Amino acid sequence: MTATMTLGAAVNAGLRAAMERDDKVVLMGEDIGRLGGVFRVTDALQKDFGANRVMDTPLGEAGIMGTAVGLTARGYRPVVEIQFDGFVYPAYDQLVAQVARLHYRSAGRVRVPIVIRIPFGGGIGAVEHHSDSPEAQFALTAGLKVVSCATPHDAYWMIQQAIASDDPIVFMEPKRRYWDSGEVDTRSAGVELWTSLVRRRGADATLIAYGPMVTTCLGAATVAAEEGLDLEVIDLRALSPLDLGPVFASVRRTGRAVVVHEAQRTLGLGAELSARITEECFYSLEAPVQRVTGYDTPYPPSRVESEFLPSVDRVLDAVDTAREF
Amino acid sequence: MTLPMTPQPGALDGEHDLVQLLAPDGTRRHDPRYPLEVDRAQLEGWYRDLVLARRIDTEAFALQRHGELGLWPPALGQEAAQIGSGRALRDQDFVFPTYRQHGVAYCRGIDPALLLGMFRGTELGGWDPHEYRYALPQIIIGAQTLHATGYAMGLLLDGAVGHGDTERDTAAIAYLGDGATSQGDVAEAFVWAASYQAPVVFFCENNQYAISVPLERQTRVPIAQRAAGFGFKGVRVDGNDVLACYAVTRAALDAARQGFGPSLIEAVTYRIGAHTTSDDPRRYREDAETEAWRAKDPIDRVRIHLQREGSDAAFFATVEAEADQLGAHLREVCGRLPEPDLVGLFDHVYTDVPEELARQRDDAIAWQATDEGGDR
Ligand SMILES: Cc1ncc(C[n+]2csc(CCOP(=O)(O)OP(=O)(O)O)c2C)c(N)n1
Ligand SMILES: [Mg+2]
Repeated sequence: MTATMTLGAAVNAGLRAAMERDDKVVLMGEDIGRLGGVFRVTDALQKDFGANRVMDTPLGEAGIMGTAVGLTARGYRPVVEIQFDGFVYPAYDQLVAQVARLHYRSAGRVRVPIVIRIPFGGGIGAVEHHSDSPEAQFALTAGLKVVSCATPHDAYWMIQQAIASDDPIVFMEPKRRYWDSGEVDTRSAGVELWTSLVRRRGADATLIAYGPMVTTCLGAATVAAEEGLDLEVIDLRALSPLDLGPVFASVRRTGRAVVVHEAQRTLGLGAELSARITEECFYSLEAPVQRVTGYDTPYPPSRVESEFLPSVDRVLDAVDTAREF
Repeated sequence: MTLPMTPQPGALDGEHDLVQLLAPDGTRRHDPRYPLEVDRAQLEGWYRDLVLARRIDTEAFALQRHGELGLWPPALGQEAAQIGSGRALRDQDFVFPTYRQHGVAYCRGIDPALLLGMFRGTELGGWDPHEYRYALPQIIIGAQTLHATGYAMGLLLDGAVGHGDTERDTAAIAYLGDGATSQGDVAEAFVWAASYQAPVVFFCENNQYAISVPLERQTRVPIAQRAAGFGFKGVRVDGNDVLACYAVTRAALDAARQGFGPSLIEAVTYRIGAHTTSDDPRRYREDAETEAWRAKDPIDRVRIHLQREGSDAAFFATVEAEADQLGAHLREVCGRLPEPDLVGLFDHVYTDVPEELARQRDDAIAWQATDEGGDR
C-alpha cells in the first residue's frame, strides 16, 4: 500500500499508528490537542484518542520534559512536542541532566523511552526563536539519540521506530518541508532507524545532508547533472549515533565530500563528519571535506535568511571548490 | 537608607475581587482602595491613546494580510490594560514587555513604525532599549520577568528607591501573559523579587488563552492569588477598564518605589483577535464567548462616559482623524523599513568581530559578487 502524503501528515499518520499499536504511547505538548499543534501535526489525535493520551500541557517546557520522565516510570512512552526549536532550552536541563543519564546511572535498570519531537530549521520567514537548528547540542550529549527525517515515507516510519525504541530520541522535523508531498509505503519501512541512505547515486562527489537540506542537495545534484556532473546524495537520517558506512564507501569512490547543514558551522555536525571522513578515507580524498552551513551568527532576521541558509548555488560552489582543489 | 523589608501592610490578605472604576456601560465607580480623580481632559487623553493604540494594531494586522509583515500578534481588546498601565509609568521606570504590548510601547513614545521591523523580518529588535527604557519584545515566554527583577535589584543596589520622591524613585515593570505564569522562569522571578523586595511590578494580561490553551490549564486559582504564596501583593483588576488599570498600576509602582517590594497585577481581559495572524481561534473557542467579551469593549465604555460628560462630536472626529493619520504613517513607513543584507548579518554578534567570523563574512561577500552568488 502506498499513499501520497505531506511530511506533516505522515508524522501524524505515524503517531496514530504508534498510538493504535501501544496504548502506553501518550502525546504531550503545548497546543497539540484541540488545536492539533501549530503545524497541525497532531491534528485530530486528541479527538480520536482522548485528552488523556493527547495532553495539552501547561505552558512550560521544563515541566513537559520532567513530567515525561516520571511517566516513563509508570510504563508510559511519552512523545513530547516542543512547539519550535527555539523553545527547547527551558527543557534543556531536564533533557541533558536527567533524560540523557538515567539509563546510565541506574546501570540499565531504568529506561526512559521518550521521543522529543522538534520542528526545526529556517526558511519559513518566521520571527526570532522559530528557525534554529540545535541538533548538534543534542548529538553531543551522551545518552541522547538524535534523528531527522527528510521524506514523508521516513517521517511516517521513523517516528514509529523512534517511539518503539527504549532510548530517549530527539526527533528533528524539518518544518519547512512539512508541506512537501511524497509517497509513503505503509506496509514496510524498508530500513532500520539507525541507517543512512543513499538518495541518489553519483560518481563525482558526495553530498551529505539530513532533514531539510536533503531536498536542497537533491536539487543541487539535478542542476549539476545538467552540467554533466554526477553527484551522490546521502541522507544521514541518524545524527547520533551516526551510520557512516555508506558515507565512507561513497567518499572512497568519489574522493570528494561536501557536508551541508543549516546549523552554524563551528562545532556543527559537519565538524564531526569532516573529522570522521578524514580519519577513515584519508587516502581516498582528493580535497579537504567541504562544509556548507549557516554562518556563526544567531539566526538572522527572516528577510535575509536566504543568505544565511545553504542554497543550491552555495552547495555547487563547494563542489567546485572540492573539484578544483 | 533603610527600606521596609516586609510587604505592604495587608498585602497578603489579597484583593481578589475585581477592581473596577469604569463599568462597561460607562458608569463611573469608586473604590476606596484606589481613589482616582480624573478630569475630562485627562480622560479624553486616554481615550485618544486607546483609539491610537487600537489603530496601530488593526493597521499592522492589515499590513500582515497584505503581505507586508510576516506575522502580527494582535492586542485587540487589551488596549485598556496597556494604556492604563502604560500611562501609570513614570519616565524613569523601565519596561520589560512581551511581543504583544504595542500600546505600552506607544506610551513610551516609541514610533509605532519601529514595532513593525521585527514582524516584517527586517530586524530582530527595533530601538535602543535604554533610550525609551523599554526592552525589546520578548518571545521566549516568561524570560523577561527575570530581567525585570534583575533590573529592579540593580535599582536597589543603586539606592534608586525609598526617597519619597516619585520623580526620582524608580521601578521596573514586567508584562506577562496568563500562559507565562506556568513557566519556571516566572516562578523564579517571583521568588527573587520577593526575596530581595525588588521594586518590580508583574503586570499579567490575563487574556484567557495561551494560543489555544484556556486559562484553566495554567491555574486553579485566580492568577493574582499566586502572589500571596510568594509573599507579595496580588491585585485583580478589570483589564478592560483603563481607569482601574491606571489606578492599580500606579499604586503598585508607588509601593515599589517606596521600598515595599514587588506586586502582581492580574488584568482580566480577553484576546478578541487570533493569537497571531497565523492562528485560527475558531478551532478552539466559540464565537459566542468572543461576542460576550466584545460587549465589554475597553474603548466603548470610555466613549459612552465621555459623551455623558459632555465631550462633543468634534473631539471624537479629531481623534478619528489622528488615527487615520497614524494608519497612513504606518502604511507609508512599513515598505521603507531598511532591508537587511548579507554584510549586516555578521554585525554585532560580539562587540568585536573574531577573525574566523570576519573570514566567513568576507568569503560570503566575495562569493555573492561572483556570477553564481549574484544569480539568486
Ligand atoms: C518558551 C516558549 N515556549 C513556547 C512558546 C510558543 N508560544 C508563543 S506565545 C504562546 C502562548 C503565550 O500565552 P500567554 O503567556 O497567555 O500570552 P499571550 O500570547 O496570550 O499574550 C506560546 C505557547 C514560546 N514563545 N516560548
Ligand atoms: Mg494569554
